[in-house]
This record gives sequence, structure tokens and C-alpha cells, in this order.
Amino acid sequence: MNINLTLLAQAVTFALFIWFTVKFVWPPLLRAMETRQKTIAEGLAAGERGRNELELAGKKSAEVLREAKHQGADIVAQAEKRAAQIIEEAKAAAKEEGDRLIAGAKAQIEQETFQARESLRQRVAGLVVAGAEKILEREVDAKAHADLLVTLEKQL
Amino acid sequence: MATGQELTPTSYIGHHLTFNTAAVGDGAFSHLHVDTLITGAFLGFIGIGFLWWVVRGATAGVPNRRQAFVELLVDFVDGQVKGIFHGNRHAFVAPAALTVFVWVLLMNAMDFLPIDWLVGGLEKVFHVHAWRPVPTADVNTTFALALAVWLLMIFFSIKVKGLGGWVHELFCSPFGSNVLLWPANFLFNMIEYISKPLSHSLRLFGNMYAGELIFLLLWVWAATGLAGTIFASILGLGWAIFHILIVVLQAFIFMVLTVVYISMAHESH
Repeated sequence: MNINLTLLAQAVTFALFIWFTVKFVWPPLLRAMETRQKTIAEGLAAGERGRNELELAGKKSAEVLREAKHQGADIVAQAEKRAAQIIEEAKAAAKEEGDRLIAGAKAQIEQETFQARESLRQRVAGLVVAGAEKILEREVDAKAHADLLVTLEKQL
Repeated sequence: MATGQELTPTSYIGHHLTFNTAAVGDGAFSHLHVDTLITGAFLGFIGIGFLWWVVRGATAGVPNRRQAFVELLVDFVDGQVKGIFHGNRHAFVAPAALTVFVWVLLMNAMDFLPIDWLVGGLEKVFHVHAWRPVPTADVNTTFALALAVWLLMIFFSIKVKGLGGWVHELFCSPFGSNVLLWPANFLFNMIEYISKPLSHSLRLFGNMYAGELIFLLLWVWAATGLAGTIFASILGLGWAIFHILIVVLQAFIFMVLTVVYISMAHESH
């Protein structure tokens, strides 16, 4: 056991090593470790958040799907109703058109009948006049008997 | 083996317990143990330098194995300090504890090297006739560390409590602030201030010195013949394995006591 200057020299060496560690070794490593710790904590939190969001999204998507199905059913029902309505309307329109056509045809028939009757009447009147001329064997003064002829014509 | 004269157990052990001493002045105190200083500084450079080398390339991302090893070490020391010291440990106490642990561990571990190969090799290469390879088996080293811690203890005591607070504590704790109790308190505190560095340093020194000596005794036995060589080898292996525990444990104890003493200085009584 001989205490000598080595004691002081070793103490100085010790102090220098401590100073170096305090200054240059500890802080950077601590910083790296703390940064990583924070990163990992954030990652875990993000994962947890993601899981929650996924769960929420699942619920929401199910809801949206249900609503979409509902809407789809609604739309189909409406479409069916509308189709029925359109058929009804088409039927009504067709019936009206038909009625109109029938009415037109009837009017035309009536008119043609009238015209035919008219021409027939004139023809008969002509025949009657020719017949009467033949019967009378003489010329009938058309002017003098115009009144008579018109009356005859009207009677036919 | 490494002596020039005839080899006796006394000369063998005496040779291995001789420091490589350089005189730097007059008087018994003015000597330096070159072996202790060089080995200590070298191991410090290796240990702290390795930490520094790894830390310089430290990443906050995925660490490589080297960095993971250093982080494991730092985390271990930090965990010990956290349990003892309640304050901002990162400012000084924790890195100081890391320094103590790494340095003392490496200095203790020099005991594992086969002493005659090491010393014999040094004698052949550098022509040094005496070389003690374990710096912590030199009481100068352990006292140096313990006294440095002791000074830190007083420094932090005064820094935290103020000079008045420190003096007050010297006279008024642990028994009370009655004037009649002042001498008893002071005496008690003086004993504590003296016993702390003594027990701190001598525990480490005693363990390492004894470990070294037991190796030397075994190697003396090994030189007596074939049976001695065989038994000494087996016992040497056993002692070396047991010594792993002592080396690490003493380094750990030295570190923990360092932290305990410094944190006690932070507390008011």
C-alpha cells in the first residue's frame, strides 16, 4: 500500500473520462433512444387510432350499404309504379286516339253518305226531268219550270 | 519466470506485486505507477472510445447490433440510477455512473489475462521488468476514484443545500439541532465522511488484490510439478470463472455506491 502521485493522476484521468462521457457519449445516445421511444409510441397510437377508424368505417360502410339497399328498393318500387302509370297513360292516350279516329271516320262516312245522297238526288232529278221530257214529248222550258224542278229535286 | 534471479515463490509473487514506478521528484509521494496509469488510460480510451464511436453513428431508427448492445448497457445503468437518484440524472449522475461502470469493469477484467504471458511478453518486447496489469488492484486507483466521488459528494451537498445548509447538516443531523448534540452530530458526520471513501475504495481494492494474489498462488503451485500443474489449472479455471462474477459484481457495486453517495448528497436531512 504505497499512496503516491498516481492517486492524483488517476483522479484526473477519471475526471476526464467522466467529462467526456457526460459531454459526448450520453446526450446523443439518450437523444436517439428518446426519439425512437417517441416514434414507437406514436406508431402504436397511430395503430390504435387506425384500428378504431377501421371499426368505425366498417360500421359506417354497413350503414351506407343498408341505406343503399333501402334506396334501391325504393327506386325499384317507384319505377314499377311509374311504369304502371305510363302504361295506364298510354292506354288512355290510345283509347282517346282511337275514339278520335272513330269519330273522324264516322264524320267522313256521314259526309260521304251525304255527298253520295246529294249526287244521287241530282242524278235522279236529272233522270226525272229526262223522264218527264220524254213523257211529255216536248221541251220543257227549263226556265219556266225551274221552280217546279227545284221543288221536285228537293222532294227526292 | 519473468525475473532475472533464481525463481522462488517469494521472488515470483514479489515480482508480480511490484509496480513499474517512475520517480518524478523527491519524497515517497512523488512517484508514479506507470503500469497503473497506462493500463487505466488505455482501457478508458478503449471502453469510452468504443461507446463514443458507436454513439457517433447512433440512429433513432432501427439500431444495429453494436448500437443495441451499447443501448442495453446504457439502459441498464440508467435503470439503476433512476431507482436511486431522484432528479435530473441525465445532466451528470447517469453518465458518470456509466463511466465508472465501464472503466472499473474493464480494469477489473484485466485479471482474466494470463499474467505471465502478458508480463513476460511486455518484458520481451518493451524490456519492462515489472508490470502490474490490474489497475484496480492498485490502491491508488481505487482511492482516486473514491476520493473523486467524495469530492463530488461534498460539491453537490454544497450546491444543493448551500454552504450554510451543508454546515448546518454537519452539526444538526442526524440527532437533532440542540446545541448539546452538536459535537455528537459532528463526530458522527466526520466518521461517515471518512468511512465512505475508505469502504468505497478498499472494497474494490481488496477484492481485486485478493483475486490477483490467488491466481499468483495457484501459478506458484503450478510450478511445483505435473500434479501441481494439473490441480492448479483446474482450480485456476474454477477461480477464473468465479472471478467473472467478482469482476462484474465489484464494478457494479462501485457504480451503485457512487450513485448512492452522490444522491445522498442531494437529499436534505
